[in-house]
Amino acid sequence: MSNKDPGAVTIYDPQDSSSVLADLGRTGTSRRNFIKGIIAAGATVSAGSMLPAMSSYAQSAAAGTVERLISLNINGTVRRVDVLPQETLAMTLRYKLGLTGTKFGCDRGECGACTVLIDDVANYSCSTLTHTMRGRKITTIEGLQAANGDLHPVQQAFVDELGPQCGFCTPGQIMSAVALLKANPKPSREEARLALSGNLCRCGAYDHYLNSVMRAAEGGLT
Amino acid sequence: MVDRQSFQHLGSRPSRQDAADKVTGQARYGADFFLPNMLVGKVLRSPYAHARIIRIDTSSALTLPGVEAVVTADDFPELPAGGIGDLARDNLAQGKVLYHGHGVAAVAARSLTIAEAALALIEVEYEVLTPVMSIDEALAEGAPLLHDDLTPAGSDPAEDVKPSNICVKAELIVGNVEQGFAEADCIVEGSFTTPTVHQGYIEPASCVARYDGDGQSMIWTCTQGHFSVRDSTARILGLNSSQIRVIPAEVGGAFGGKLAIYLEAIALLLSRKSGKPVKMTMTRQETFQVGGPGAATQTRIKIGATKDGKITAMQAFLAYEAGAFSGSPLGGGVRSMFTAYDVENVCIEGIGVVVNKPKVRAYRGPGVPQAVFGSESLMNELAAQLGIDPIEFRLQNAIKEGVTAINGRAFHEIGLVACLQAARESPHYQSTLAANQGRGVAVGFWGGGGNNSSASISMNFDGSAAVATGSVDLSGTRTSLAMMAAETLGLPMERVSTSVADTESIGFTASSAGSRTIIATGMAVVQAAENVIETMKQRAASGWNVTVEQVAWESGVARNTVTNEEMTVQEICRTSPQTGGPITGQSSLNAAPGRGPTFAVHICDVKVDAETGQTNLVRYTTVQDVGTAIHPSLVEGQMQGGAVQGIGWALNEEYVYDRDGVLENPTFLDYRIPLASDLPMIETIIVEVPNRSHPFGVRGAGEVPIIPPLAAVGSAVADAIDAPIRSLPCSPVNVLQAINEKG
Repeated sequence: MSNKDPGAVTIYDPQDSSSVLADLGRTGTSRRNFIKGIIAAGATVSAGSMLPAMSSYAQSAAAGTVERLISLNINGTVRRVDVLPQETLAMTLRYKLGLTGTKFGCDRGECGACTVLIDDVANYSCSTLTHTMRGRKITTIEGLQAANGDLHPVQQAFVDELGPQCGFCTPGQIMSAVALLKANPKPSREEARLALSGNLCRCGAYDHYLNSVMRAAEGGLT
Repeated sequence: MVDRQSFQHLGSRPSRQDAADKVTGQARYGADFFLPNMLVGKVLRSPYAHARIIRIDTSSALTLPGVEAVVTADDFPELPAGGIGDLARDNLAQGKVLYHGHGVAAVAARSLTIAEAALALIEVEYEVLTPVMSIDEALAEGAPLLHDDLTPAGSDPAEDVKPSNICVKAELIVGNVEQGFAEADCIVEGSFTTPTVHQGYIEPASCVARYDGDGQSMIWTCTQGHFSVRDSTARILGLNSSQIRVIPAEVGGAFGGKLAIYLEAIALLLSRKSGKPVKMTMTRQETFQVGGPGAATQTRIKIGATKDGKITAMQAFLAYEAGAFSGSPLGGGVRSMFTAYDVENVCIEGIGVVVNKPKVRAYRGPGVPQAVFGSESLMNELAAQLGIDPIEFRLQNAIKEGVTAINGRAFHEIGLVACLQAARESPHYQSTLAANQGRGVAVGFWGGGGNNSSASISMNFDGSAAVATGSVDLSGTRTSLAMMAAETLGLPMERVSTSVADTESIGFTASSAGSRTIIATGMAVVQAAENVIETMKQRAASGWNVTVEQVAWESGVARNTVTNEEMTVQEICRTSPQTGGPITGQSSLNAAPGRGPTFAVHICDVKVDAETGQTNLVRYTTVQDVGTAIHPSLVEGQMQGGAVQGIGWALNEEYVYDRDGVLENPTFLDYRIPLASDLPMIETIIVEVPNRSHPFGVRGAGEVPIIPPLAAVGSAVADAIDAPIRSLPCSPVNVLQAINEKG
């Protein structure tokens, strides 16, 4: 490592034998120590990232903090990812796991564009720390479709009722709608209205969204 | 009314072409683009509203490991005052910062964390100046000047006009208002204020730029107009337009707020310096601080009428904030505020004023809702004083076909009277109010957009059609344009695809704004389709050995009028390699502005808690002449969306600055836009009076629905509390004040 600029971003890529693993083999350093070492030198690393270009946008380490490798159950698949103590789930999803259907509108728990399901309950992923997600089941907009590619009934209802206008808040609206229907399969329109009130839509497409939710409720989730 | 029978597709409600992408999260918005070796760019923003920049020292930031470039306004080429120079200086301040959040310097670094750390290392020495935060402060004797050399646009150079904070003056005079008011039996007048508001799009501005000095630089960005991004960026950086290619992303809301550039030129400059692609994304806070808001206004309006309800004179003085640089939507108010009425005497005077707030930008129906808040509120007060139903009063004075309106235009068929009649007969208007409730009605007018558009249609060998236009799709326009192409070509919808072509792939197309896309780009699509049909007829004619005049075209089928043989689109396209090669059609045109005059009437019922001042919306109906509704669900979406934004403007939304000019509420928690739970169902009544200036009779749909709500809601609140509403928003504090002032 001594020949590297201390400020360099080092990307761990298991496919690239010239990078970290090769270095580790030579020095005998444990992987964790290695990460600690380069973070202390002021560099960033997203050790679990297969998406190096994306990872520059993820949060990086403050001095003295360390990424830890954890397992996340996302959309039915266990994904191993290195996360920082202060890293939010939205950052991990978008910038380490490539799940960009989860959107940032405010990054402070106000708009709902980042809504995901955690154990089937709607949550703002921008206000959820990733490391608290061990053992939890996370569902994002990318995880709703059936294995054969069929749209989830709520997604299909949003298509049929022309729910989205610009579409940016749509993933969050759909996740809130799915959470509602899991908890309350036959909501009234007023109940749906309240359930969607944590998701801002500046296009004012609320009526279209509510039509979508009611259609999905009518058809049932399965 | 529109003859629906003759259309195969228009008026139906097919799924949107982008629906699957949007419900699965696959649609790529501004922040969803990534390149190898991409750096992250961030802007250092001014903590002061008004200050002179004495010194900027970026040397410490540059030495931080991971920082690859730092830029300031000095890295931009020198640009003249006004226009593109102002845009550059709005992106990065030169000499002075003019609002809280004004960009001062920018860095590109290998991570967001390093970029933010680098900003903290940039030393800026400021000489803090007194901020000018309102029209009154800007016009006060001895007010600090934002720009030392600013004189109003349109000033006579021969006159020795002293520099001031006034950036523009306008007037529109018809007849003689003094005489008109002398003829009036009843005159109402009032002074009104509206606050600074934000478009509130949920997707913050975001772009990726990759500089290539030898070839072509690339920009991926969420914008209403990628051609405009290309040309603005090129001019700011001293490049030719051909040296930049802009790829438009999906756009997560814009409403006028994504017309100007904020990040693209900076990102490309950082990319040039660092030699790497640079991505920049605004935070929500930056979006409010910097993303050009809608103008605050002060207006004084006066209307007179005879006792039998004939308006004799309308007068207004309008003052619009421009923000930190010249350019306010004053013209929108002047051209549109009284245009719904057939009145002989009108005098509108207005000014635009620079203040230490972000440069205002377009917000849906730019400039019109603010002026109409006052004028339509007074129309309701005048009707009440005359003892005439407010819709009847408007019907009596409504502008009609063939009458020259005050904007100098004699309208062809227009739908104002039809809209007013539909509103009067609506179940909503026929319903009665409960206790503590009030009702307001208001009319809105928008001239309709024109401007440059380009479209191309490429016929595939299987007879399907690929439609490409230069219009960014903000709300489903790809689908509506596909419907127009399918209608013209006689194809089923599933055989027509549409896309937004990048700046290299289609002719110049103006930004998606001003309700112009379905009008002007729609015209280009229809023309391109007609050109395709002409070519297909020629191919068929050559195969049949007849002249093209002997080939008839009927809903997707060419017919030999001599032999009655037929060829379908599929057959013509399949054989096109043998008859001259692929079949394509293009069209580029410049549609005159004002091609789609459109009117809306809104009815609003509210309930007001007199103890707290809290207003709740009870019922809301929008009536709008859309010409021909190409896709009624999308049209209803525009009507509802515009109404919802206007309702937010009327009830909750405002920028709150402290006395130093610091924006105190740059968050969705404190800048409160309507939630689902704030609103009743927004009822829609579509009126269709076809527009003869468009091949399918379309009028624009997007702008006019935001125009009436300010007055409709304000008047409903006034009706509920029996006191006039003169200031927005109708927040509990302001409503309580209005109640208390009533005494």
